[in-house]
Amino acid sequence: MPFDILIAPFVEFAFMRRALAGIMALALGGAPIGVFLLLRRMSLVGDAMAHAILPGAAIGFLISGLSLFAMTFGGLIAGFAVALASGLVARGTATKEDASLAAFYLISLALGVAIVSVRGTNIDLLHVLFGNILALDDATLMVIALNTTITLVVLAAIYRPLVVECVDPVFLRTVSRAGGLAHLAFLALVVVNLVSGFHALGTLLAVGLLVLPAGIAQFWSRDLTRVIAIATGVAMAAGYGGLVLSFHADIPSGPAVILIAGAIYAASVLFGPVGGLVRRLRPGRHLEA
Amino acid sequence: MTALVQFDDVTLGYDRHPAVHHLDGAIAPGALIALVGPNGAGKSTLCRGIVGLLKPLAGTIRRTLDARDIAYLPQSADIDRTFPISVFDFAATGLWRRTGVFGGIGARGRAEVARALAAVGLSGFENRAIGTLSGGQTQRLLFARVLLQDASLIVLDEPFNAVDAKTSADLLELIRRWHAEGRTVLAALHDFELVRTHFPETLLLARGLVAWGPTREVMTPDHLARARDMCEAFDDTAAACVAEPPHAHAA
Repeated sequence: MPFDILIAPFVEFAFMRRALAGIMALALGGAPIGVFLLLRRMSLVGDAMAHAILPGAAIGFLISGLSLFAMTFGGLIAGFAVALASGLVARGTATKEDASLAAFYLISLALGVAIVSVRGTNIDLLHVLFGNILALDDATLMVIALNTTITLVVLAAIYRPLVVECVDPVFLRTVSRAGGLAHLAFLALVVVNLVSGFHALGTLLAVGLLVLPAGIAQFWSRDLTRVIAIATGVAMAAGYGGLVLSFHADIPSGPAVILIAGAIYAASVLFGPVGGLVRRLRPGRHLEA
Repeated sequence: MTALVQFDDVTLGYDRHPAVHHLDGAIAPGALIALVGPNGAGKSTLCRGIVGLLKPLAGTIRRTLDARDIAYLPQSADIDRTFPISVFDFAATGLWRRTGVFGGIGARGRAEVARALAAVGLSGFENRAIGTLSGGQTQRLLFARVLLQDASLIVLDEPFNAVDAKTSADLLELIRRWHAEGRTVLAALHDFELVRTHFPETLLLARGLVAWGPTREVMTPDHLARARDMCEAFDDTAAACVAEPPHAHAA
Protein backbone atom coordinates (compact mmCIF):
# COMPACT_ATOMS: atom_id res chain seq x y z
CA MET A 1 0.00 0.00 0.00
CA PRO A 2 2.66 2.61 0.90
CA PHE A 3 4.52 1.42 -2.19
CA ASP A 4 1.50 2.20 -4.37
CA ILE A 5 1.19 5.70 -2.95
CA LEU A 6 4.80 6.72 -2.49
CA ILE A 7 6.83 4.89 -5.12
CA ALA A 8 4.59 3.50 -7.83
CA PRO A 9 3.93 6.83 -9.59
CA PHE A 10 7.65 7.22 -10.21
CA VAL A 11 8.09 3.60 -11.32
CA GLU A 12 5.20 3.78 -13.73
CA PHE A 13 5.60 7.19 -15.34
CA ALA A 14 8.70 8.65 -16.96
CA PHE A 15 7.38 12.23 -16.58
CA MET A 16 7.17 11.72 -12.81
CA ARG A 17 10.79 10.51 -12.70
CA ARG A 18 11.87 13.51 -14.72
CA ALA A 19 9.90 15.84 -12.44
CA LEU A 20 11.52 14.23 -9.41
CA ALA A 21 15.02 14.70 -10.84
CA GLY A 22 14.19 18.31 -11.71
CA ILE A 23 12.80 19.21 -8.31
CA MET A 24 15.78 17.57 -6.55
CA ALA A 25 18.19 19.66 -8.63
CA LEU A 26 16.18 22.80 -7.89
CA ALA A 27 16.17 22.03 -4.17
CA LEU A 28 19.91 21.39 -4.09
CA GLY A 29 20.79 24.76 -5.60
CA GLY A 30 17.89 26.87 -4.37
CA ALA A 31 17.89 26.04 -0.66
CA PRO A 32 21.38 27.43 0.16
CA ILE A 33 20.64 30.53 -1.91
CA GLY A 34 17.41 30.95 0.05
CA VAL A 35 19.29 30.72 3.35
CA PHE A 36 21.51 33.64 2.34
CA LEU A 37 18.53 35.60 1.02
CA LEU A 38 16.97 35.29 4.45
CA LEU A 39 20.15 36.06 6.37
CA ARG A 40 20.70 39.16 4.27
CA ARG A 41 17.09 40.25 4.97
CA MET A 42 16.43 39.95 1.25
CA SER A 43 13.61 37.40 1.11
CA LEU A 44 11.18 39.95 -0.31
CA VAL A 45 13.88 41.23 -2.65
CA GLY A 46 14.01 37.66 -3.97
CA ASP A 47 10.27 37.81 -4.54
CA ALA A 48 10.57 41.11 -6.37
CA MET A 49 13.42 39.76 -8.49
CA ALA A 50 11.30 36.75 -9.46
CA HIS A 51 8.83 39.15 -11.00
CA ALA A 52 11.47 41.47 -12.38
CA ILE A 53 13.06 38.78 -14.57
CA LEU A 54 9.78 38.04 -16.35
CA PRO A 55 10.19 40.32 -19.42
CA GLY A 56 13.67 38.96 -20.13
CA ALA A 57 12.48 35.39 -19.80
CA ALA A 58 9.42 36.23 -21.90
CA ILE A 59 11.51 37.67 -24.74
CA GLY A 60 13.74 34.60 -24.63
CA PHE A 61 10.60 32.48 -24.73
CA LEU A 62 9.22 34.37 -27.73
CA ILE A 63 12.45 34.09 -29.69
CA SER A 64 13.19 30.44 -29.08
CA GLY A 65 10.12 28.88 -27.53
CA LEU A 66 10.37 27.04 -24.23
CA SER A 67 14.16 26.92 -24.32
CA LEU A 68 15.33 27.30 -20.76
CA PHE A 69 18.69 28.51 -22.02
CA ALA A 70 17.24 31.52 -23.82
CA MET A 71 14.90 32.20 -20.90
CA THR A 72 17.78 32.01 -18.41
CA PHE A 73 19.86 34.42 -20.44
CA GLY A 74 16.97 36.85 -20.90
CA GLY A 75 16.07 36.57 -17.24
CA LEU A 76 19.63 37.30 -16.16
CA ILE A 77 19.71 40.45 -18.28
CA ALA A 78 16.30 41.65 -17.04
CA GLY A 79 17.15 40.83 -13.42
CA PHE A 80 20.41 42.75 -13.53
CA ALA A 81 18.82 45.65 -15.38
CA VAL A 82 16.19 46.00 -12.67
CA ALA A 83 18.68 45.55 -9.81
CA LEU A 84 21.03 48.09 -11.39
CA ALA A 85 18.32 50.61 -12.29
CA SER A 86 16.75 50.52 -8.84
CA GLY A 87 20.17 50.79 -7.20
CA LEU A 88 21.08 53.80 -9.38
CA VAL A 89 17.76 55.54 -8.73
CA ALA A 90 18.07 54.90 -4.99
CA ARG A 91 21.61 56.31 -4.92
CA GLY A 92 21.02 59.19 -7.31
CA THR A 93 17.74 60.48 -5.90
CA ALA A 94 16.01 60.77 -2.54
CA THR A 95 14.12 57.48 -3.10
CA LYS A 96 14.97 54.56 -0.83
CA GLU A 97 16.15 51.27 -2.33
CA ASP A 98 13.00 49.30 -1.43
CA ALA A 99 10.69 51.89 -2.97
CA SER A 100 12.62 52.08 -6.24
CA LEU A 101 12.91 48.27 -6.42
CA ALA A 102 9.14 47.99 -5.93
CA ALA A 103 8.54 50.47 -8.73
CA PHE A 104 10.90 48.75 -11.15
CA TYR A 105 9.75 45.20 -10.48
CA LEU A 106 6.11 46.17 -10.99
CA ILE A 107 6.93 47.87 -14.29
CA SER A 108 8.97 44.85 -15.27
CA LEU A 109 6.23 42.38 -14.33
CA ALA A 110 3.62 44.32 -16.31
CA LEU A 111 5.96 44.49 -19.28
CA GLY A 112 6.60 40.75 -19.07
CA VAL A 113 2.94 39.78 -18.97
CA ALA A 114 2.26 42.16 -21.88
CA ILE A 115 5.07 40.61 -23.96
CA VAL A 116 3.91 37.06 -23.33
CA SER A 117 0.27 37.80 -24.12
CA VAL A 118 1.01 39.78 -27.28
CA ARG A 119 2.68 36.85 -28.96
CA GLY A 120 1.74 33.80 -26.96
CA THR A 121 -1.49 32.11 -25.98
CA ASN A 122 -3.22 31.97 -22.62
CA ILE A 123 -1.65 28.59 -22.06
CA ASP A 124 1.83 30.10 -22.48
CA LEU A 125 0.94 32.77 -19.96
CA LEU A 126 -0.30 30.16 -17.47
CA HIS A 127 2.90 28.22 -18.00
CA VAL A 128 5.07 31.25 -17.28
CA LEU A 129 3.04 32.33 -14.28
CA PHE A 130 2.60 28.93 -12.63
CA GLY A 131 5.05 26.57 -14.34
CA ASN A 132 4.60 22.90 -14.97
CA ILE A 133 7.24 20.58 -13.69
CA LEU A 134 5.43 17.57 -15.12
CA ALA A 135 6.34 18.76 -18.63
CA LEU A 136 10.12 18.95 -18.27
CA ASP A 137 11.96 17.68 -21.36
CA ASP A 138 15.51 16.36 -21.31
CA ALA A 139 17.10 19.62 -22.46
CA THR A 140 15.34 21.61 -19.75
CA LEU A 141 16.38 19.07 -17.17
CA MET A 142 19.99 19.41 -18.27
CA VAL A 143 19.85 23.21 -18.01
CA ILE A 144 18.37 23.00 -14.49
CA ALA A 145 21.14 20.59 -13.51
CA LEU A 146 23.74 22.89 -15.07
CA ASN A 147 22.32 25.90 -13.19
CA THR A 148 22.45 23.98 -9.93
CA THR A 149 26.04 22.92 -10.58
CA ILE A 150 27.05 26.50 -11.33
CA THR A 151 25.22 27.66 -8.20
CA LEU A 152 27.02 25.24 -5.91
CA VAL A 153 30.46 25.89 -7.41
CA VAL A 154 30.12 29.68 -7.34
CA LEU A 155 28.59 29.62 -3.86
CA ALA A 156 31.56 27.59 -2.62
CA ALA A 157 33.90 30.16 -4.16
CA ILE A 158 32.21 33.23 -2.61
CA TYR A 159 31.13 31.57 0.64
CA ARG A 160 33.61 33.22 3.00
CA PRO A 161 33.22 36.84 1.84
CA LEU A 162 29.46 36.34 1.61
CA VAL A 163 29.25 35.15 5.22
CA VAL A 164 31.53 37.89 6.56
CA GLU A 165 29.67 40.53 4.59
CA CYS A 166 26.44 39.42 6.25
CA VAL A 167 27.90 39.46 9.76
CA ASP A 168 30.20 42.47 9.68
CA PRO A 169 30.34 44.40 6.38
CA VAL A 170 32.64 47.15 7.67
CA PHE A 171 35.22 44.60 8.78
CA LEU A 172 35.16 42.94 5.37
CA ARG A 173 35.77 46.29 3.71
CA THR A 174 38.87 46.84 5.82
CA VAL A 175 40.40 43.44 5.01
CA SER A 176 39.25 42.67 1.47
CA ARG A 177 37.71 44.01 -1.68
CA ALA A 178 35.85 40.76 -2.34
CA GLY A 179 32.61 41.96 -0.71
CA GLY A 180 31.13 43.83 -3.66
CA LEU A 181 32.05 41.06 -6.08
CA ALA A 182 30.56 38.42 -3.80
CA HIS A 183 27.33 40.42 -3.55
CA LEU A 184 27.04 40.71 -7.35
CA ALA A 185 27.80 37.02 -7.86
CA PHE A 186 25.18 36.20 -5.24
CA LEU A 187 22.56 38.33 -7.02
CA ALA A 188 23.39 36.50 -10.26
CA LEU A 189 22.89 33.16 -8.49
CA VAL A 190 19.52 34.34 -7.20
CA VAL A 191 18.43 35.14 -10.73
CA VAL A 192 19.83 31.85 -12.11
CA ASN A 193 17.87 29.86 -9.54
CA LEU A 194 14.69 31.85 -10.05
CA VAL A 195 14.84 31.21 -13.79
CA SER A 196 15.43 27.51 -13.10
CA GLY A 197 12.43 27.54 -10.84
CA PHE A 198 10.30 29.11 -13.58
CA HIS A 199 9.55 25.84 -15.31
CA ALA A 200 8.67 23.97 -12.19
CA LEU A 201 6.86 26.57 -10.15
CA GLY A 202 6.30 29.59 -12.38
CA THR A 203 7.27 33.19 -11.74
CA LEU A 204 4.83 33.54 -8.87
CA LEU A 205 6.06 30.59 -6.81
CA ALA A 206 9.68 30.17 -7.93
CA VAL A 207 10.99 32.06 -4.92
CA GLY A 208 9.01 29.68 -2.66
CA LEU A 209 11.44 26.80 -3.02
CA LEU A 210 14.27 29.22 -2.12
CA VAL A 211 12.82 31.03 0.85
CA LEU A 212 10.41 28.63 2.56
CA PRO A 213 12.95 25.85 3.31
CA ALA A 214 15.38 28.50 4.58
CA GLY A 215 12.69 29.95 6.84
CA ILE A 216 11.94 26.47 8.15
CA ALA A 217 15.60 25.65 8.81
CA GLN A 218 16.04 28.78 10.94
CA PHE A 219 13.62 27.33 13.47
CA TRP A 220 15.79 24.24 13.89
CA SER A 221 19.40 25.39 14.24
CA ARG A 222 21.67 28.30 15.15
CA ASP A 223 24.57 26.98 13.11
CA LEU A 224 24.92 28.13 9.51
CA THR A 225 26.17 24.79 8.14
CA ARG A 226 23.28 22.94 9.75
CA VAL A 227 20.77 25.57 8.62
CA ILE A 228 21.89 25.04 5.01
CA ALA A 229 21.79 21.24 5.36
CA ILE A 230 18.31 21.31 6.92
CA ALA A 231 17.02 23.74 4.29
CA THR A 232 18.29 21.50 1.49
CA GLY A 233 16.76 18.40 3.06
CA VAL A 234 13.45 20.14 3.60
CA ALA A 235 13.38 21.47 0.04
CA MET A 236 13.96 17.93 -1.30
CA ALA A 237 11.33 16.43 0.99
CA ALA A 238 8.80 19.12 0.05
CA GLY A 239 9.57 18.57 -3.63
CA TYR A 240 9.03 14.83 -3.37
CA GLY A 241 5.97 15.17 -1.15
CA GLY A 242 4.51 17.81 -3.45
CA LEU A 243 4.86 15.54 -6.49
CA VAL A 244 3.15 12.67 -4.68
CA LEU A 245 0.38 14.96 -3.49
CA SER A 246 -0.03 16.45 -6.93
CA PHE A 247 -0.25 12.95 -8.49
CA HIS A 248 -2.89 11.59 -6.15
CA ALA A 249 -4.94 14.68 -5.36
CA ASP A 250 -4.77 15.94 -8.94
CA ILE A 251 -3.67 19.48 -8.09
CA PRO A 252 -0.96 21.37 -10.03
CA SER A 253 2.56 20.32 -9.02
CA GLY A 254 3.97 23.78 -8.24
CA PRO A 255 1.36 24.77 -5.65
CA ALA A 256 1.46 21.22 -4.24
CA VAL A 257 5.22 21.51 -3.56
CA ILE A 258 4.85 24.92 -1.94
CA LEU A 259 1.85 23.77 0.13
CA ILE A 260 3.86 20.85 1.55
CA ALA A 261 6.69 23.29 2.37
CA GLY A 262 4.06 25.58 3.91
CA ALA A 263 2.78 22.77 6.14
CA ILE A 264 6.33 22.05 7.35
CA TYR A 265 6.77 25.78 7.92
CA ALA A 266 3.64 25.94 10.07
CA ALA A 267 4.84 22.97 12.13
CA SER A 268 8.27 24.63 12.55
CA VAL A 269 6.76 27.93 13.66
CA LEU A 270 4.90 25.98 16.35
CA PHE A 271 7.44 23.39 17.45
CA GLY A 272 10.88 24.59 16.24
CA PRO A 273 13.43 24.57 19.08
CA VAL A 274 15.00 27.89 17.99
CA GLY A 275 12.40 30.56 18.71
CA GLY A 276 9.34 28.41 17.96
CA LEU A 277 6.04 29.42 19.54
CA VAL A 278 5.67 26.47 21.90
CA ARG A 279 9.24 26.91 23.16
CA ARG A 280 8.55 30.62 23.67
CA LEU A 281 5.26 30.20 25.52
CA ARG A 282 6.28 27.15 27.57
CA PRO A 283 10.03 27.43 27.95
CA GLY A 284 10.07 25.06 30.93
CA ARG A 285 11.62 25.82 34.30
CA HIS A 286 14.67 28.12 34.05
CA LEU A 287 18.08 26.50 34.19
CA GLU A 288 20.70 26.80 36.91
CA ALA A 289 23.22 28.61 34.73
CA MET B 1 61.85 57.62 11.67
CA THR B 2 59.18 57.79 8.95
CA ALA B 3 55.61 58.29 10.05
CA LEU B 4 53.11 55.44 9.64
CA VAL B 5 50.39 57.90 8.74
CA GLN B 6 51.03 61.49 7.66
CA PHE B 7 48.26 64.12 7.53
CA ASP B 8 48.80 67.10 5.23
CA ASP B 9 46.09 69.74 5.61
CA VAL B 10 43.47 66.99 5.76
CA THR B 11 39.78 67.85 5.71
CA LEU B 12 37.41 64.93 6.18
CA GLY B 13 33.66 65.12 6.09
CA TYR B 14 30.39 64.19 4.54
CA ASP B 15 28.59 65.84 1.67
CA ARG B 16 31.14 68.74 1.52
CA HIS B 17 30.58 69.55 5.20
CA PRO B 18 33.84 69.17 7.09
CA ALA B 19 33.90 67.06 10.26
CA VAL B 20 37.68 67.27 10.64
CA HIS B 21 39.12 70.54 9.42
CA HIS B 22 42.68 71.18 8.14
CA LEU B 23 44.52 68.56 10.17
CA ASP B 24 48.31 68.36 10.03
CA GLY B 25 50.45 65.86 11.88
CA ALA B 26 51.84 62.37 11.88
CA ILE B 27 51.41 59.07 13.65
CA ALA B 28 54.85 57.73 14.55
CA PRO B 29 55.53 53.98 14.61
CA GLY B 30 55.08 52.51 18.06
CA ALA B 31 53.04 55.43 19.38
CA LEU B 32 50.22 54.94 21.88
CA ILE B 33 47.83 57.79 21.15
CA ALA B 34 44.59 58.78 22.83
CA LEU B 35 42.15 60.56 20.52
CA VAL B 36 40.16 62.93 22.73
CA GLY B 37 37.40 65.42 22.01
CA PRO B 38 33.75 66.21 22.73
CA ASN B 39 30.92 64.41 20.95
CA GLY B 40 30.81 65.52 17.33
CA ALA B 41 34.47 66.54 17.37
CA GLY B 42 35.21 64.29 14.40
CA LYS B 43 36.93 61.43 16.24
CA SER B 44 35.07 58.66 14.41
CA THR B 45 35.47 60.51 11.11
CA LEU B 46 39.22 60.73 11.64
CA CYS B 47 39.36 56.99 12.45
CA ARG B 48 37.51 56.20 9.24
CA GLY B 49 39.90 58.43 7.32
CA ILE B 50 42.96 56.73 8.80
CA VAL B 51 41.81 53.24 7.85
CA GLY B 52 40.80 54.41 4.37
CA LEU B 53 37.03 53.96 4.62
CA LEU B 54 36.57 57.69 4.01
CA LYS B 55 38.45 59.71 1.38
CA PRO B 56 39.52 63.22 2.40
CA LEU B 57 37.56 66.15 0.94
CA ALA B 58 40.88 67.97 0.70
CA GLY B 59 44.48 67.41 1.66
CA THR B 60 46.22 64.03 1.72
CA ILE B 61 46.57 61.14 4.14
CA ARG B 62 49.77 59.26 3.33
CA ARG B 63 50.21 55.76 4.72
CA THR B 64 53.52 53.95 4.65
CA LEU B 65 51.84 50.66 5.50
CA ASP B 66 49.40 48.48 3.60
CA ALA B 67 45.73 49.23 4.39
CA ARG B 68 45.33 45.59 5.40
CA ASP B 69 48.00 46.04 8.04
CA ILE B 70 45.55 48.25 9.96
CA ALA B 71 43.03 46.74 12.36
CA TYR B 72 39.95 48.89 12.91
CA LEU B 73 37.33 48.54 15.59
CA PRO B 74 34.40 50.89 14.87
CA GLN B 75 32.45 52.60 17.62
CA SER B 76 29.26 50.61 17.32
CA ALA B 77 30.38 47.72 15.18
CA ASP B 78 27.76 47.08 12.55
CA ILE B 79 27.43 43.40 13.41
CA ASP B 80 24.39 41.28 12.62
CA ARG B 81 24.22 39.50 15.95
CA THR B 82 21.37 37.25 14.84
CA PHE B 83 23.61 35.66 12.20
CA PRO B 84 24.13 31.96 12.96
CA ILE B 85 27.91 32.00 13.39
CA SER B 86 29.91 30.71 16.34
CA VAL B 87 32.25 32.76 18.52
CA PHE B 88 35.18 30.70 17.25
CA ASP B 89 34.39 31.24 13.55
CA PHE B 90 33.76 34.94 14.09
CA ALA B 91 37.12 35.44 15.81
CA ALA B 92 38.82 33.35 13.13
CA THR B 93 37.88 35.91 10.46
CA GLY B 94 40.66 37.98 12.04
CA LEU B 95 43.10 35.67 10.25
CA TRP B 96 41.75 36.92 6.90
CA ARG B 97 45.00 38.59 5.84
CA ARG B 98 46.73 35.20 6.01
CA THR B 99 43.95 32.97 4.69
CA GLY B 100 42.29 35.22 2.11
CA VAL B 101 39.09 34.00 0.51
CA PHE B 102 40.08 30.34 0.12
CA GLY B 103 42.89 29.46 2.52
CA GLY B 104 42.28 27.19 5.48
CA ILE B 105 43.36 28.23 8.97
CA GLY B 106 44.93 24.88 9.84
CA ALA B 107 45.90 23.52 13.23
CA ARG B 108 48.20 26.47 13.89
CA GLY B 109 45.39 28.94 13.15
CA ARG B 110 42.97 27.04 15.36
CA ALA B 111 45.45 27.16 18.22
CA GLU B 112 45.93 30.90 17.67
CA VAL B 113 42.17 31.52 17.74
CA ALA B 114 41.90 29.51 20.97
CA ARG B 115 44.76 31.55 22.49
CA ALA B 116 43.16 34.84 21.41
CA LEU B 117 39.82 33.86 22.94
CA ALA B 118 41.63 32.85 26.13
CA ALA B 119 43.45 36.21 26.17
CA VAL B 120 40.14 38.10 26.24
CA GLY B 121 38.57 35.71 28.75
CA LEU B 122 36.20 33.95 26.38
CA SER B 123 37.52 30.39 26.74
CA GLY B 124 34.61 27.98 26.83
CA PHE B 125 32.49 30.21 24.59
CA GLU B 126 33.91 28.82 21.32
CA ASN B 127 30.76 27.06 20.13
CA ARG B 128 28.24 29.62 21.34
CA ALA B 129 26.39 31.66 18.72
CA ILE B 130 27.53 35.31 18.76
CA GLY B 131 23.94 36.40 19.45
CA THR B 132 24.09 34.83 22.93
CA LEU B 133 26.94 37.10 24.11
CA SER B 134 26.40 40.17 26.31
CA GLY B 135 27.59 43.61 25.24
CA GLY B 136 30.83 43.34 27.18
CA GLN B 137 31.50 39.83 25.90
CA THR B 138 30.91 41.03 22.34
CA GLN B 139 33.51 43.75 22.87
CA ARG B 140 35.91 41.10 24.18
CA LEU B 141 35.24 39.02 21.06
CA LEU B 142 35.98 42.02 18.82
CA PHE B 143 39.27 42.53 20.67
CA ALA B 144 40.10 38.86 20.09
CA ARG B 145 39.60 39.42 16.38
CA VAL B 146 41.85 42.52 16.44
CA LEU B 147 44.43 40.40 18.28
CA LEU B 148 44.33 37.81 15.48
CA GLN B 149 44.62 40.46 12.78
CA ASP B 150 48.20 40.91 13.97
CA ALA B 151 48.22 44.46 12.58
CA SER B 152 50.97 47.09 12.88
CA LEU B 153 48.46 49.90 13.40
CA ILE B 154 45.37 49.40 15.56
CA VAL B 155 42.58 51.99 15.48
CA LEU B 156 39.98 51.66 18.25
CA ASP B 157 36.94 53.95 18.21
CA GLU B 158 35.63 54.36 21.78
CA PRO B 159 36.44 50.75 22.70
CA PHE B 160 35.27 51.15 26.31
CA ASN B 161 31.80 52.47 25.58
CA ALA B 162 29.09 50.75 27.61
CA VAL B 163 31.60 48.32 29.05
CA ASP B 164 31.97 47.59 32.77
CA ALA B 165 35.09 48.37 34.81
CA LYS B 166 36.42 44.82 34.85
CA THR B 167 36.08 44.47 31.08
CA SER B 168 37.70 47.82 30.35
CA ALA B 169 40.57 46.98 32.69
CA ASP B 170 41.10 43.66 30.88
CA LEU B 171 40.92 45.25 27.45
CA LEU B 172 43.22 48.09 28.52
CA GLU B 173 45.74 45.44 29.51
CA LEU B 174 45.60 44.14 25.91
CA ILE B 175 46.23 47.64 24.56
CA ARG B 176 49.28 47.98 26.80
CA ARG B 177 50.49 44.60 25.59
CA TRP B 178 50.14 45.73 21.96
CA HIS B 179 52.10 48.87 22.80
CA ALA B 180 54.83 46.78 24.46
CA GLU B 181 55.03 44.62 21.33
CA GLY B 182 55.87 47.75 19.34
CA ARG B 183 52.50 48.09 17.62
CA THR B 184 51.00 51.52 17.06
CA VAL B 185 47.67 52.10 18.77
CA LEU B 186 45.25 54.99 18.41
CA ALA B 187 42.15 54.91 20.59
CA ALA B 188 39.28 57.39 20.78
CA LEU B 189 38.43 57.82 24.46
CA HIS B 190 36.28 59.90 26.80
CA ASP B 191 37.77 58.94 30.17
CA PHE B 192 40.34 61.68 30.86
CA GLU B 193 41.66 59.91 33.94
CA LEU B 194 42.40 56.79 31.91
CA VAL B 195 44.07 58.86 29.18
CA ARG B 196 46.31 60.66 31.69
CA THR B 197 47.37 57.42 33.38
CA HIS B 198 47.94 55.13 30.44
CA PHE B 199 48.43 57.09 27.22
CA PRO B 200 51.74 58.92 26.66
CA GLU B 201 50.47 60.84 23.62
CA THR B 202 47.15 62.63 23.04
CA LEU B 203 45.45 64.14 20.01
CA LEU B 204 42.82 66.64 21.14
CA LEU B 205 40.31 67.20 18.37
CA ALA B 206 37.35 69.55 18.07
CA ARG B 207 36.67 69.48 14.34
CA GLY B 208 39.97 71.33 14.05
CA LEU B 209 43.11 70.21 15.85
CA VAL B 210 43.38 71.77 19.32
CA ALA B 211 46.61 70.15 20.40
CA TRP B 212 48.66 67.04 19.64
CA GLY B 213 51.65 65.90 21.69
CA PRO B 214 52.62 64.50 25.08
CA THR B 215 49.48 63.94 27.12
CA ARG B 216 50.70 66.15 29.99
CA GLU B 217 51.01 69.16 27.69
CA VAL B 218 47.80 68.51 25.73
CA MET B 219 45.32 67.77 28.51
CA THR B 220 45.41 71.22 30.12
CA PRO B 221 42.25 72.98 31.35
CA ASP B 222 42.90 75.71 28.80
CA HIS B 223 43.02 73.29 25.85
CA LEU B 224 39.99 71.35 27.03
CA ALA B 225 37.94 74.53 27.36
CA ARG B 226 38.95 75.54 23.83
CA ALA B 227 37.92 72.09 22.57
CA ARG B 228 34.44 72.54 24.06
CA ASP B 229 34.03 75.92 22.38
CA MET B 230 35.31 74.88 18.97
CA CYS B 231 32.65 72.25 18.37
CA GLU B 232 30.36 74.49 16.38
CA ALA B 233 27.23 73.08 14.76
CA PHE B 234 26.92 71.64 11.27
CA ASP B 235 25.70 74.54 9.15
CA ASP B 236 23.62 73.73 6.09
CA THR B 237 24.14 77.16 4.59
CA ALA B 238 27.87 77.43 5.28
CA ALA B 239 29.90 79.08 2.52
CA ALA B 240 32.78 77.27 0.83
CA CYS B 241 35.81 77.25 3.10
CA VAL B 242 38.22 80.01 2.06
CA ALA B 243 41.19 78.52 3.88
CA GLU B 244 41.33 75.78 1.28
CA PRO B 245 43.01 76.24 -2.09
CA PRO B 246 40.31 76.91 -4.73
CA HIS B 247 40.96 73.75 -6.78
CA ALA B 248 39.85 71.65 -3.79
CA HIS B 249 36.25 72.56 -4.53
CA ALA B 250 36.33 71.41 -8.12
CA ALA B 251 35.49 67.83 -7.13
